[in-house]
Amino acid sequence: MIAGVFEPFGLAFFRNGLLVATMAGAICGLIGCYVVLRQLSYIGHGLSHSIFGGAAASAVLSVNFYLGAGLWGLLSALMIARVARRGKIGSDAAIGVITTASFAIGIALSNRFGQAKKSIDAVLFGSILGVSAGDVVAVAFAGLLAVAVIWTCYRKLLFATFDAEVAEVSGVNVPRMEALLMLMLAVTILFTMKVMGVLLISALLVTPAVIARMLTNSFARMLWIAPSIGAVCGFTGMLLSYYIDVSSGATIILMASSAFLVVYAITGTRGRRNVAGLAHGH
Amino acid sequence: MSTSSEASTARTALVELDGVSHSYGGPTVLHHVHVGIEPGSFLGIIGPSGSGKTTMLRLVLGSLQPSEGTVHRRAGIRIAYVPQVETVNWNFPITVGEVVLMAGAPSWRRPWSTATERREVAVTLEQLGLGGLEHRHIRELSGGQQQRVFLARALHRKPDLLVLDEPTSGVDVRTRHEVVHLLTDLHRTGMAVILTTHDINGLAAHLPRIACVNRELIAIGTPREVLTPDVLERTYGAPMEVLEHGGMLLVTDGRLEPA
Repeated sequence: MIAGVFEPFGLAFFRNGLLVATMAGAICGLIGCYVVLRQLSYIGHGLSHSIFGGAAASAVLSVNFYLGAGLWGLLSALMIARVARRGKIGSDAAIGVITTASFAIGIALSNRFGQAKKSIDAVLFGSILGVSAGDVVAVAFAGLLAVAVIWTCYRKLLFATFDAEVAEVSGVNVPRMEALLMLMLAVTILFTMKVMGVLLISALLVTPAVIARMLTNSFARMLWIAPSIGAVCGFTGMLLSYYIDVSSGATIILMASSAFLVVYAITGTRGRRNVAGLAHGH
Repeated sequence: MSTSSEASTARTALVELDGVSHSYGGPTVLHHVHVGIEPGSFLGIIGPSGSGKTTMLRLVLGSLQPSEGTVHRRAGIRIAYVPQVETVNWNFPITVGEVVLMAGAPSWRRPWSTATERREVAVTLEQLGLGGLEHRHIRELSGGQQQRVFLARALHRKPDLLVLDEPTSGVDVRTRHEVVHLLTDLHRTGMAVILTTHDINGLAAHLPRIACVNRELIAIGTPREVLTPDVLERTYGAPMEVLEHGGMLLVTDGRLEPA
């Protein structure tokens, strides 16, 4: 029986998947702190949908997935920022229009050019199959990028997140910080969507960060707690997905959701008050 | 039309608004303002809501560019800004120490605070009566302490000019007294201070210089020079009376009659 428990570890694709899921959980937890506190959850949700269009176009045109989907995602992010900055329509509406159009293009391309349904399911809900050593390197790169950016710009990012107006006056280049944050978000989504799936990745960006917020009142501690929770959820969720034969994205999010419920119950009023604060507008 | 940070031998002001106008794309909200903020000055800007007080403050800060005129800033000037406490997200996960430290000059090699920085923060907090509260969440403080945390963040930048937007807005009388005394003490150290306020009797009347603004600069001078029924009516568009009590000026709504 014990031998059966360790059976999947003998499979290279599973080891790759487990590594990618754990790293993806940690990265999403880390970036998620900024996403949640800056109320960018909807952008994360929209960007992942948008990148799906790029992934489908890359498959049809036989272009490298990361290159095609990455450029597509970058273009979408720039369009969202441009439309929202003009102020004619709100950023939520801009995200809604641009990313759903991109998502629809992805579906249309997949239908028209005969992508197998199973392949679409894998992109939408995540799959452990097909996670290569190259994907492990790509996710590790995304993680290193996120850590490097947060390390070098820690205070500026914090200042811009907490109080953008004063940060600007105090010499912080707030638009540059916002652009860096969007870049990290796009790279994280791009490199982790294979395992997590387009529809579920935004939950991994939000849930560990929200749990961390319930547990601490310190930003520095939140930056440690959220990635740790994300990594644990990624690891255990991926393991579970193998045994119960359910998509990896779904099991990882179920683990994160369960952790949320437990922490929500344990922290009581204090935790709820902390989370309620995430709805504060800037 | 421009902002200048070049040193000028002819100018002594830290910041000077020279014929400055501003509009947010529509009607002009501030028209042709000339004001100089000299080193060691203490200026309060009063006026009704929507009169251009905050716009004037933002022009001084440099977060807004003038539509017309020029803003001159002394080269190398350090300006620190204390926003209205109402605009602060009190549920943000941040401690008192983290708030103050975020204003410090960061090092890319070591993003977190050094021992020297932590000592400096402790000293600043101690000076403002917040000693030992570094690890407390900002929400867990009293109104006066919360206001002082943001003052501490501003002071951590060691500014030449301290800019405050409505520092006594939404605070109780005791906190207002604390803030007024604190700002007076800071001014005595030689720091220039500029603030906006709606509180004429509780704050503006105690300042050395007041600017009355209503889309243009109506008057600027000492409280005795500008707190007159004529200037106040032109500023607020309503008759107001000025009384004197114990050597202090007291502004009242001229339309009010005893019950």
